[in-house]
Amino acid sequence: MASVRLENLRKEFGPVVAVKELTLHFPDGKFAAILGPSGCGKTTTMNMIAGLEAPTRGSIYFDDRRMNDVPPGKRDVGFVFQNYAIFTHMTVAENIGFGLKIRGVDEATIRREVGKIAELLELTNMLNINAGRLSVNDMQKVALGRSMIVKPRIFLLDEPFSNLDAAFRAYMRGELKRIQREIGQTMIYVTHDQVEAMSMADHIAVMDFGVLQQFGTPDEIYNQPVNIFVANFIGSPNMNFIPCYFRSEDGRGYLVQRHGDARVLLDDQRRQLLERHPGNQDLIWGARPEHLTLHAQPSHPEYLRAMVRFLEPLGPKTVVHLELGEKDTIKVIAHPSYREPAGTVQWIEINPKYLHVFDAKTGFAVR
Amino acid sequence: MANIRLENVSKRFGRVTALQSINLEMHHGEFFCVLGPPGAGKTTLLRLIVGLEKPDEGDIYIDDERVNDVHPRDRDIAMIFQNLALYPDKSVFDNVAFPLRERKMPAEEVRARVTQVARMLHIEHLLERKPGKLSGGERQRVAIARALVRTPRAYLMDEPLANLDALLRLEMRIELKRLQEQLNETLVYVTSDQVEAMSMADRVAVLYKGVVQQCDTPDNVYNLPANRRVATIVGSPPMNFLTCQVQRADGQLNLVHSGFGFQVIGSDHPLWDCLCRALPTVQEVLVGVRPEDIRLYPERPTDIIAFPACVAVSEPLGAETIVDVQLGRDIIKVITPPTQHFDEKQDIWVAFDMAKVHVMDAQTGVRIYTTGAPEQLQCILPGTCA
Repeated sequence: MASVRLENLRKEFGPVVAVKELTLHFPDGKFAAILGPSGCGKTTTMNMIAGLEAPTRGSIYFDDRRMNDVPPGKRDVGFVFQNYAIFTHMTVAENIGFGLKIRGVDEATIRREVGKIAELLELTNMLNINAGRLSVNDMQKVALGRSMIVKPRIFLLDEPFSNLDAAFRAYMRGELKRIQREIGQTMIYVTHDQVEAMSMADHIAVMDFGVLQQFGTPDEIYNQPVNIFVANFIGSPNMNFIPCYFRSEDGRGYLVQRHGDARVLLDDQRRQLLERHPGNQDLIWGARPEHLTLHAQPSHPEYLRAMVRFLEPLGPKTVVHLELGEKDTIKVIAHPSYREPAGTVQWIEINPKYLHVFDAKTGFAVR
Repeated sequence: MANIRLENVSKRFGRVTALQSINLEMHHGEFFCVLGPPGAGKTTLLRLIVGLEKPDEGDIYIDDERVNDVHPRDRDIAMIFQNLALYPDKSVFDNVAFPLRERKMPAEEVRARVTQVARMLHIEHLLERKPGKLSGGERQRVAIARALVRTPRAYLMDEPLANLDALLRLEMRIELKRLQEQLNETLVYVTSDQVEAMSMADRVAVLYKGVVQQCDTPDNVYNLPANRRVATIVGSPPMNFLTCQVQRADGQLNLVHSGFGFQVIGSDHPLWDCLCRALPTVQEVLVGVRPEDIRLYPERPTDIIAFPACVAVSEPLGAETIVDVQLGRDIIKVITPPTQHFDEKQDIWVAFDMAKVHVMDAQTGVRIYTTGAPEQLQCILPGTCA
């Protein structure tokens, strides 16, 4: 196993800069995810780690060894892509053992190692089946097993489950995480699906337009997003954003809605922070739908008045869409039995602990 | 507006049966979703309705008119595909106006109609632009506008949001729902995304391997799934299924798993009727519980019966955490609040919401019973079941 360190990594394709001065450290034996929308540079980054693309500038290290000039075949990297590459004319066992066989490992060892991997992936009762007869789900498991068996120093996965059905994806998220923990393999997982990144990774690198936006644990990325992009990209339904400005009154600090009269009371720490912030007349407050609560009565003076527009029942919860003033809409997660009709006035409670404030010009969180 | 009815419709491609004995009715003004995994036959179903395929058996009716032999053009149904085909060299206006001009509508009427639809879809400001200059979401709106512009009898949509990124999908979901309410037309919407079906549809038909598994409101499909397949397709993560042995002895009926057990109290219980009278030979059933209907406790709770288990891994999602729990010989997924933290390999206690326990036939997967109140199944104290 090895750690991966990227230093000022840059990749240009003609005039297009795919990755910009990327500096990152993926620790040894951990599960890391590179997350971002299509075109953010995540696959290019992965290809540079694997050696399939040469960086325009910057360095790649595995542990302390600079890898830029090491050819892909010598980097000892395992790879699983979206499109599984398995030999359909071979059995599952032959597929999984292939990497060991071409390395000249003896039959008994191969059989033992294949058995271990098959058990880990729950493929044991399929070992003698022709791989071409498997379901697409199991084919992708075989592809995983084939890469895992050679115990590469780094294991790279590029959206390996994105073509598979939702139930299997949910199942494999847990499985892959459990397997990674069990074998302590350094894994780097590329995805555009925030659920995959959040659920499996120890650390997430969020990218957009070739630029690293934030690197942190799932908890940090979710609860302390550094900017509007990260705040908006993580979480479903996404965070609510309300344009506002800061106002101080009788020693209390408020965020006043730009297109309406909703006022959010700030705690002292936030008030002092925003008082000093030069851009405090052009702000955006953010709150996740799951951190807001609806009340029928204004039983507390700080509740915000809003009107129900429509409901989205999702099964275990209902997303309530409301109007906050004339221009802003706001989403709140409610109980699945919530059935208030459009036009109902509701009062929104904001937990100040979960309030985010961003500078509208720069998009950065005000901290 | 139209009523669409499929009666006993089957469709085969060579030896592959794409659809088998489909009976469905889509009502006037209804938002009707067809939900299923890739390969379920969803697109074939749409192509049959629109007339691009002919059924091998059965009949298709639009407003009581049998349309099996009616040419697609004369069925007056608009279809929107996943891969939008806009004319790249025409402006947005000309793209949207195309179906009207093809029908030789006077220019003034065309302008009025295009403007009206553009306003509805919030693309008025884009009318002079070329599709190449638009974002994915804007292009999707233009494609929808082009389908809406000529007031057909019904709209069919084939995963129209599948290629859009997550945020845009969220936004378009809301738009589509609003739009359909405004139009009050029949909309048949095909998707493999259960969230889309749950959030938008008036009714959902769950399709799997060419067979309709259930057709009902989103609420019922979610809370009373017809079978294991439906309970897996609807809900994320899917419902947990735990194989239980059926024990009938000494006037008792028990469902026993390696990690827990339930006792059925009273011979007037519906499960008694089913497992002791109707299906006396059934040896195994599946107990189904949704991940949000299970609670985890770090210490053994005193007020309810819980079962000992062990944490495998946690999957934090931000708003909630999915915990994979080893319960007996199975791993179940449990949705927990993010404030509750569990370590890997931690010993914990598992309790089910006893008002939401499903029992399925292990062979067929058909749901045979769902509790509605906690006292309908009794938990067997851990350690006391065989």
